[in-house]
Amino acid sequence: MLELKNISFQAEDGGKEIEILRNINLTVENRFVAVTGPNGSGKSTLAKIVAGILTPTEGQIFLDGVDITQKSITERAQMGISFAFQQPVRFKGITVKDMLSIAAGRETAVSEVCAMLSEVGLCARDYVNREINASLSGGELKRIEIAMIMARKARVSIFDEPEAGIDLWSFQNLIRVFEKMHAETKGTILIISHQERILNIADQIVLLSDGRIEKVGSREEIMPALLGAGQPCRTLSDKLIQ
Amino acid sequence: MDAIQQELLAQVAGLHEVPEGAYNIRANGEMAGRNTTANIDITTKEDCPGIDIRIKPGTKSESVHIPVVLSQSGLQESVYNDFFVGEDCDITIIAGCGIHNGGSAASAHSGIHRFFVEKNAKVRYVEKHYGSGDGSGERIMNPTTEIHLAEGASLEMETVQIKGIDSTARTTTAKVAEGASLVIKEKIMTHGKQYAETDFTVNMAGADSSVNLISRSVAKERSRQIFRSRIVGNASCHGHSECDAIIMDEASVSAIPELTANHIDANLIHEAAIGKIAGEQLIKLMTLGLTEKEAEEQIVKGFLK
Repeated sequence: MLELKNISFQAEDGGKEIEILRNINLTVENRFVAVTGPNGSGKSTLAKIVAGILTPTEGQIFLDGVDITQKSITERAQMGISFAFQQPVRFKGITVKDMLSIAAGRETAVSEVCAMLSEVGLCARDYVNREINASLSGGELKRIEIAMIMARKARVSIFDEPEAGIDLWSFQNLIRVFEKMHAETKGTILIISHQERILNIADQIVLLSDGRIEKVGSREEIMPALLGAGQPCRTLSDKLIQ
Repeated sequence: MDAIQQELLAQVAGLHEVPEGAYNIRANGEMAGRNTTANIDITTKEDCPGIDIRIKPGTKSESVHIPVVLSQSGLQESVYNDFFVGEDCDITIIAGCGIHNGGSAASAHSGIHRFFVEKNAKVRYVEKHYGSGDGSGERIMNPTTEIHLAEGASLEMETVQIKGIDSTARTTTAKVAEGASLVIKEKIMTHGKQYAETDFTVNMAGADSSVNLISRSVAKERSRQIFRSRIVGNASCHGHSECDAIIMDEASVSAIPELTANHIDANLIHEAAIGKIAGEQLIKLMTLGLTEKEAEEQIVKGFLK
């Protein structure tokens, strides 16, 4: 269980203090929780605070009742927090197999790598010894990033916009990956997304707006409001009626 | 051979026992072993220290090992080795030098290797440099490599210096004839107050010749590195050089590439990148459970692999 208590985050922008997150209180117990909201609402910041990449200005974070606010990225990772970057990082000379071994915390056999990669729709034969460098496309990197998180089998897995940078063809595949993850995971998945189809898998949806939690609820409660929010203004809808 | 020399041999040539095929082992300035085969002859030079290695035309899948080890502090030597590789050969040459300096006087080895590679011959040349010993005497290595590639010949050179050499100046020159190709992969890691300088000059002399120079290096602590490359396109050719360096601590790296095209169809490219380890790379590995130090080691290890 992940608990955020009174989390606030301020950053400086051009000499001006801006509040990116304000007084966030959130308990994540469900298996699959999605965080959504407009661009700039603080979603990625929230994920980075949980992973330890950013330190909150105020508030506390608890993992299964243990205060991890002061813990480093490494300590949190070792305690069971896993984080898939929105923009995967490239490494010269480090192969897909090396990275999956680091993620799994032990040397992995080619057959295991094959199983991990096939989960995200990649054939191990083409990728095992490929370097995680600029020769891989954004979509390929993204899928390898997801495979790494799956290899970790962490208590809390955070995905920061897994759909970003993925083409339409790969996206179909991605949905299937998350549906499967939802069915099989023993931990908690926290996923930041704009995608209706990903939100549709979630047990719980958190709607962030302007650094605050606007609403938390089941997808039945949140989805209609979200879809409604996209309605055109009067001027436009009047024209549509004509 | 004593234990120190055997350890050096294992480091530079991966040799734990007498190698197969042709070899010549030089230890503390003396010949410590030699074997020739029906196709590969090794003879001692008469006018200066060093050997001539002659490989008969058409020799395939054979190898020559010519490691050098120095364990006597204060020994300074220059050795001239010439390789004559006959037409249509396909062979591997493994050279390398290990210095163990447990004393206070500087030990130095300058190896001057010349390669005369005849038509359509293929050579893989591997060179490793390694230093050990806790004496205050410097371990100095100055390898010079001169490569002559005849029509259609190819040579791939892998040169590695990972540990223990205090000062090195590596000079490589090459002349590449029509249809010949040259690939050089260099890996260097320096630490402490070490200094490493590499200098490549390649003359693209024939039509459809190609060269690819790839240098990857890591400079730690207060070490310094200079990378120089000159590619001169005198015919229609493809030339590419790449210098990719990671700097850490208070190290310094300079990359000085030079490209000259003297022919309208000379295609020459240089890429250079120097910088510290990207923060996001460290963070990514830390989110996988590694400490910052372990993450740094992984990145360096991969980079120099």
